[in-house]
Amino acid sequence: MTQTTVGFITAVLAAAVQAGTPLLYAALGEILTERVGIINLSVEGIMLVGAVSGFLATVATKNLAVGILGAAIAGGIIAAIHAFLSVSLKVNQVVSGLSLSLFATGVSGYLGKPIIGVPAPVSFKPYPIPGLSKIPVLGQMFFKHNLLVYGSYFLVAFLWYFLYKTRPGLHMRSVGESPRTADSLGINVNAVQYAYTIIGGALSGIAGAYLSLAYAPSWIEQMTAGRGWIAIALVIFAVWNPLRAMVGAYLFGGIEALGFRIQVVGATISPIVLKMMPYIFTIAVLIITTARSATYKTEAPQALGVPYERE
Amino acid sequence: MKFRRWTVLVCVITMLSVLTLGISGISAASDKMKVGFIYSSPVGDMGWAYEHNRGRLHLMEKLPYVETVYVENVPESSDAERVLTQLAEAGCKVIFACSFGYMDFVHSVATRYPDVIFMHNTGFKTAENVGIYFGRIYQARYLTGMVAGKMTESNLIGYVAAMPIPEVVRGINAFTLGVRSVNPKAKVKVVWTNTWYDPAREKDAAKSLIEAGCDVIAQHQNSPAPQQAAGEAGVYGIGYNTDMRQFAPNAVLTNPVWNWGPFYVDCVEAVRNGTWKSPYDYWGGLEDAVVDIGPYGPMVPEDVKELVIKKKSEIAQGKFKVFEGPIKDNKGVERVKPGQVMTDQELLSFDWFVEGVEGTLN
Repeated sequence: MTQTTVGFITAVLAAAVQAGTPLLYAALGEILTERVGIINLSVEGIMLVGAVSGFLATVATKNLAVGILGAAIAGGIIAAIHAFLSVSLKVNQVVSGLSLSLFATGVSGYLGKPIIGVPAPVSFKPYPIPGLSKIPVLGQMFFKHNLLVYGSYFLVAFLWYFLYKTRPGLHMRSVGESPRTADSLGINVNAVQYAYTIIGGALSGIAGAYLSLAYAPSWIEQMTAGRGWIAIALVIFAVWNPLRAMVGAYLFGGIEALGFRIQVVGATISPIVLKMMPYIFTIAVLIITTARSATYKTEAPQALGVPYERE
Repeated sequence: MKFRRWTVLVCVITMLSVLTLGISGISAASDKMKVGFIYSSPVGDMGWAYEHNRGRLHLMEKLPYVETVYVENVPESSDAERVLTQLAEAGCKVIFACSFGYMDFVHSVATRYPDVIFMHNTGFKTAENVGIYFGRIYQARYLTGMVAGKMTESNLIGYVAAMPIPEVVRGINAFTLGVRSVNPKAKVKVVWTNTWYDPAREKDAAKSLIEAGCDVIAQHQNSPAPQQAAGEAGVYGIGYNTDMRQFAPNAVLTNPVWNWGPFYVDCVEAVRNGTWKSPYDYWGGLEDAVVDIGPYGPMVPEDVKELVIKKKSEIAQGKFKVFEGPIKDNKGVERVKPGQVMTDQELLSFDWFVEGVEGTLN
């Protein structure tokens, strides 16, 4: 391989991680939510509320930590509404999620009116990790990003360990599998569902803040541009597993990054074909996922979307 | 169970009252002349809709007898027909439909409301009560191309472009002709995003161009993200739609900008005075200031600005035409003969790149 080919591949991989990180945060949030049996389709709206709240909090305090906290709280609040509707009122979760997504999109536009065109006072800057960032290819890909990207690495590892290796993780999974059994074991099903739906919303809020504070630092209405929906598809691709979600997020990010870079090197591929690529990929992913139906069936939370009614 | 029923009822009532508050703006009665606007994106997009909305505010300020109503983020689908009907029913005398995709819906609603004037932005079909309007932004792009051509050191300029349609192709070509009028060695590299509006994608497209060695990033996109990418990488940029310097003060050299306000004033006054006549087809340029070259960043030297001012007045006076031959396409074939000027019809169906553009188009 020539020097330029290596450079090209490295650039695509690094861009894949950057473009994939907001998808990853949102997908991790949705995994937690769906693991306790709640489908939350309002990820897109929550990301927008997170993006605007994070930006507002940062403008007000000039402190990025406060911004991220604000985004997480705002995302958690919207998710709490969804939890109230689906856990306490037991309404149809699909309908609740879809309407909340539209509602939250409107809220974000309303909250954002005063900060349109305001540049971010501070934003997340790349912080190459000494030593690790010098590793060829991998260093560029993983260790020359901002703190939010590094945070997502820890989060993936932590959530994987939590879900599969700890008692509380086992408890939450059992709520998504069979709420009745969990209840009979003394687990407070409603409390667990509330908690993880809200935490999931908080992560989606952070995903939005990544866009408004790190990726394209500014508030622009509907800046998520459909990433919330991709994140939901990603959860199925990942069969509710945080590690697979990471792979999936970077694959989706990479497809996007590759599209531009193929054009730049002057390959004569029709822009229309490039436009189709992510969708072809999505369909392919769905086929592969269902073909591995064995994993799919054992991993899918059995009580997903079914309200739990105590007798 | 009782508890649940009550809560649902309270929720529904709250939501309904919020909705009623939201639309109460449309139904307020008054004796002013009502003018409606419909936008396909939010007015906070810092681009297309933002500029039309600025025009609307200018209209209200200049004509005290005008009252305006706007609906933002209306999809280019049968939703548009519903909103247009609503606006006509609410008593609007003039309705500006600010996106290409509204065309069929505008014409369908217009036949049902013959007393209302419909103005369709960027369209090409007129009717008894439907006019069309657009601006020759390509003239401003030519001027920004001159600035880019003067400022590039790598002689490679990146262009983040939305969709391969004549409007965008025309802009790329005008820009490239501007670049090469001052710097014949420079090339313009095009990347398609296939979206008008997605800040993250736009930014990534810009980054891919910077990685390939481009040191000025121009754009036909509605968000300032490509300029932010330029700012972060320490290269220059040319914004679009509106003054984008605030997003990347060290990068943005200048912008081709829209200025719809004066046109809206003229058009509404024409309707009021009864001088509005079909077919109404407005395609104004630098001479009307409906398009312009935006404020400059501090890094642009005075002599470059003077060069642009000179060319701008030549274009405004009609002494210089952007698409006057000889013009070759990017495969070296002569498309426009010396002395020949491309017609508006040809400009509206542009489907080839001029010499100096690197990119695919099919």
